[in-house]
Amino acid sequence: MEIFLQQIVNGLVQGSVYALVALGYTMVYGILGLINFAHGEVVMIGAMLTLSTLTALLGWGVSPLLALPLSIIVAMLGCMVLGYSIERIAYRPLRHAPRLAPLITAIGVSIVLQNIAMIIWGRGYRSFPQLIANHPHNFGGAIINDIQIIIFLLALGIMAVLMVIVHRTRLGRAMRAVAENQHAAQLMGVNINRVISITFMMGSALAAVAGVMVSANYGLTHYYMGFILGLKAFTAAVLGGIGNLRGAMMGGLLLGLIESLGAGYIGDLTGGFFGSNYQDVFAFFVLVAVLVFRPSGLLGERLAERA
Amino acid sequence: MKFNSVSSLILATFVLALTGCEKSATSDQNKSGELVVRIGASAPLTGPQAHLGKDNENGTRMAIDDANAKGIMIGGRKAHFELISEDDQADPRTATIVAQKLVDNKVSGVIGHLNSGTSIPAAKIYSDNGIVQISPSATAVAYTAQGFKTAFRVMANDAQQGRVLGEYAAKNLAAKKIAVIDDRTAYGQGLADEFIKAARANGAEIVAHEYTNDKAMDFTAVLTAVKGKKPDLLFYGGMDAQGGPMAKQVKALELKSKFMTGDGGYTPEFIKLAGKAAESTYASLPGVPLDKMPGGKEFEKRFVANYGPIQLYAPYCYDAVNVMIAAMQKAGSPDPAKYLPSLASISYDGVTAKIQFDEKGDLKGGAITIYQVQHGKWQPLATMGTSTTAAH
Amino acid sequence: MFSFGKSDQRWIFWLLLALLLLLPFLTDALLGRGWVRIVDFAMLYIMLALGLNIVVGYAGLLDLGYIAFFAVGAYCYALTGSPHLTQAFPVAFPDGVHLTFWIVLPLAALIAGGFGVLLGAPTLRLRGDYLAIVTLGFGEIIRIFLNNLNAPINLTNGPQGISRIDPVRIADVSLSVTQHIFGVEFPSVHLYFYLFLVFTALVVFVSHRLERSRIGRAWMAIREDEIAASAMGINTRNLKLLAFAMGATFGGASGALFAGFQGFVSPESFSLMESIMVLCMVVLGGMGNIAGVILGGVLLALLPEVLRHSVVPLQQALFGKTIVDPESLRMLLFGGALIVMMLYRPAGLLPSRLRRRELRGDEAAAEESVYDVTH
Repeated sequence: MEIFLQQIVNGLVQGSVYALVALGYTMVYGILGLINFAHGEVVMIGAMLTLSTLTALLGWGVSPLLALPLSIIVAMLGCMVLGYSIERIAYRPLRHAPRLAPLITAIGVSIVLQNIAMIIWGRGYRSFPQLIANHPHNFGGAIINDIQIIIFLLALGIMAVLMVIVHRTRLGRAMRAVAENQHAAQLMGVNINRVISITFMMGSALAAVAGVMVSANYGLTHYYMGFILGLKAFTAAVLGGIGNLRGAMMGGLLLGLIESLGAGYIGDLTGGFFGSNYQDVFAFFVLVAVLVFRPSGLLGERLAERA
Repeated sequence: MKFNSVSSLILATFVLALTGCEKSATSDQNKSGELVVRIGASAPLTGPQAHLGKDNENGTRMAIDDANAKGIMIGGRKAHFELISEDDQADPRTATIVAQKLVDNKVSGVIGHLNSGTSIPAAKIYSDNGIVQISPSATAVAYTAQGFKTAFRVMANDAQQGRVLGEYAAKNLAAKKIAVIDDRTAYGQGLADEFIKAARANGAEIVAHEYTNDKAMDFTAVLTAVKGKKPDLLFYGGMDAQGGPMAKQVKALELKSKFMTGDGGYTPEFIKLAGKAAESTYASLPGVPLDKMPGGKEFEKRFVANYGPIQLYAPYCYDAVNVMIAAMQKAGSPDPAKYLPSLASISYDGVTAKIQFDEKGDLKGGAITIYQVQHGKWQPLATMGTSTTAAH
Repeated sequence: MFSFGKSDQRWIFWLLLALLLLLPFLTDALLGRGWVRIVDFAMLYIMLALGLNIVVGYAGLLDLGYIAFFAVGAYCYALTGSPHLTQAFPVAFPDGVHLTFWIVLPLAALIAGGFGVLLGAPTLRLRGDYLAIVTLGFGEIIRIFLNNLNAPINLTNGPQGISRIDPVRIADVSLSVTQHIFGVEFPSVHLYFYLFLVFTALVVFVSHRLERSRIGRAWMAIREDEIAASAMGINTRNLKLLAFAMGATFGGASGALFAGFQGFVSPESFSLMESIMVLCMVVLGGMGNIAGVILGGVLLALLPEVLRHSVVPLQQALFGKTIVDPESLRMLLFGGALIVMMLYRPAGLLPSRLRRRELRGDEAAAEESVYDVTH
């Protein structure tokens, strides 16, 4: 029983990580209809920036209690600038281009960011210092530690904040309008360029936070870590219904649980024929099954129509 | 078909870049009349294993610089060695392209590749062109099983290493119930399978065989599944990039079993990534500890001064270059057709081992050392021979 | 900038054909044998890009897992032409399975086509980005299966891959050894070039015929507006499956050729990045336009190698020394090139006539007819 509980905990933690990244993906998709392949790399850059700032600040004798939040803020600002630049340089000129063109540019941006990170921060895995005391807690045999709890709560909290922004503020109304119909929104006086840029910056700031949390949880950063994370988060966003904030959260948690429970129990369920080496296959099968019955994801889509 | 200006511009730039490409080097002699000997090296210099690839390149480079400083004579002429280093991205297809490029550059020998998946297809190209290939780190048995006379390696293969590890785990560590995780790469899976065979042969029971991949960061799911089976020892077949975080998560999940890994985990990176959880981890490395080998300590000091800490295979690259040069000296020629027989029959004292090759090109009767992390550093525990079990 | 008259065109055509036939020898002489091998791989990529062009370019189905069919074809060839089956099932295949090239190639293509139908079937109701993620998932599923089917029965030998694959043998002539034909020496890489050239020409021919057929027009109708196409009486389900199957068939054929050429297959060669690369070739070259796709394939297949060879000497010439690691710089420039090329030519380098018409606006284009109605 405790093993089962532990797998649930594992799944929820992993899922919260996916949700954090998926929220950024889904916001951008809702507004632009663009699969932002480079989002995963922004997560990675956020983690790297935090690491560098932290190392520098600690080197100057700043106390860890102050250095950590400061580094996160620096990383968020840095990623916001990065997100803004990417949108301006690579996506805005292609807004009216054939649909697949921004996809290719996004891939190009992803490659460029990965290699810039490799040049600046090196090829090896860099360890992330553990600054906050990370106490393990035991719930009925399942172990979860402080950072993991923070990740879970953070994902929920950010989703709540985003929902408030999208549904109760003028900016949110503008975002929903642009997501619904760009031309009509423009006619109603919405500055679409500004709204899109702000959305990108919000998504990128989120990515930075996600990056920090992932690095803190696993204790390492690597220039390649964004790619797989981005892919899984995209899967999660699609699972929940891309463009849908609650869908991103739900998709993330669900994907995490599927992976965890799949890895833990496929072997037993299939009598040893399939083992945990098929966990990704399992996750994709579930995705396909969901999409076959609900082609727009679990909670449908569109930032505008449903929350 | 109409070409407009932008397309023309792009094509023109492309053609221009093509002309910037250097044609393959061919001269045998440099300005001072010295014999120019080109040695090729191939490893993944970009991608997830880039830190190991760069380490390989550094080890090779240091050996070549040393050789040039020493003023080696081959066949009565002073030899000047040149390194041509290529990035194969750990991708088999890129590896064949790189191999062809090195062949075109008329190298006398190749130190490479790093991975088994790249060494295997490249071996055919080198063999077809008669170029000697010494891999410092490819451990898959298939590499030398292909029957190419030009393929060698200076490290024990998976069969040899897995055997020693399995025996040590079951006998010396008295583990009765063992769980295995491998990373589903040619290296990790090969090593894990051999480990399982040897462990079973020595009376242990494999209670769980779980899997991950070489890009993963989260192992909590498989580790929890392993925890449920309550093993005495957990063996991980894979590299330090996963082994380190895995050790950390083992501790976080309070999984109380010994942790053992292969040569892929025996790096300073592993200790850095695992932090306090690295303590008491076992790992193995073919060869005898550097500081016990003649010239080993000095090699380490000089390498660290020039390139930083040794990641993993740099000493093997160093030995590979030197054994190649020694064979060239013995045969009196850098021509691979001439020095190949000398290489096949050579006996050379390297910094990692006494190097001798068997008829397949594998290292003959090498030793394997088991290490353990004690007080945050790798310490050697025991050195065992590999020629203990059945013929292969 | 340049415009060619009818007789000029014919002259240029024969000149280009001659250049193409002499390409291996010219490349060998000017740049070295390594480049001939690179050109061979480029041809395989061109075949792949043409296959994906059918799925993405003609039918408008965004497929991010296309490399799976390449893998299936490669493994089919590997299983039927290597000692693997003998080692894995010594009782069933005591002498190994070594079928002739002319059986294996169609077989591989057919099996890949079957997989195309299999993988396409669940995706019929999906549109756009959902289709993308599902096809991506399928690509990964195939790769994972190939990587793990070494237990309990050893079908694919897992991550170790299958080695010692028989080289291509045509009429008892092995392509992996230098042959002398009419007194001229043909090294192995040259022989493979001509083999790939023949198959590429075949693929081009079939693509061209498909484009101008009713099937091709039906695909384009589906691509532009599926509901309208269905309303016109087009059986969208069957045609989508056909698109997947045809694309997969070409992928499988080139996969088989790849296995014979390289002599070794392992799941590492069939990663997601490869699928993405082929997609980039199609989009960059000009979706739906055969010439464009070929150009995209050539550029993207050769660009990393051109960069590999030129990054160091260029830095030496400009700065006197190597400032940035050539490896990182190479991939960095490649990504940058993708971005720049898409920014300047978002419809591709050689967009299809339909696309060009859309971009130019309706007045000028109204005069031009996109299809020859009489044929």
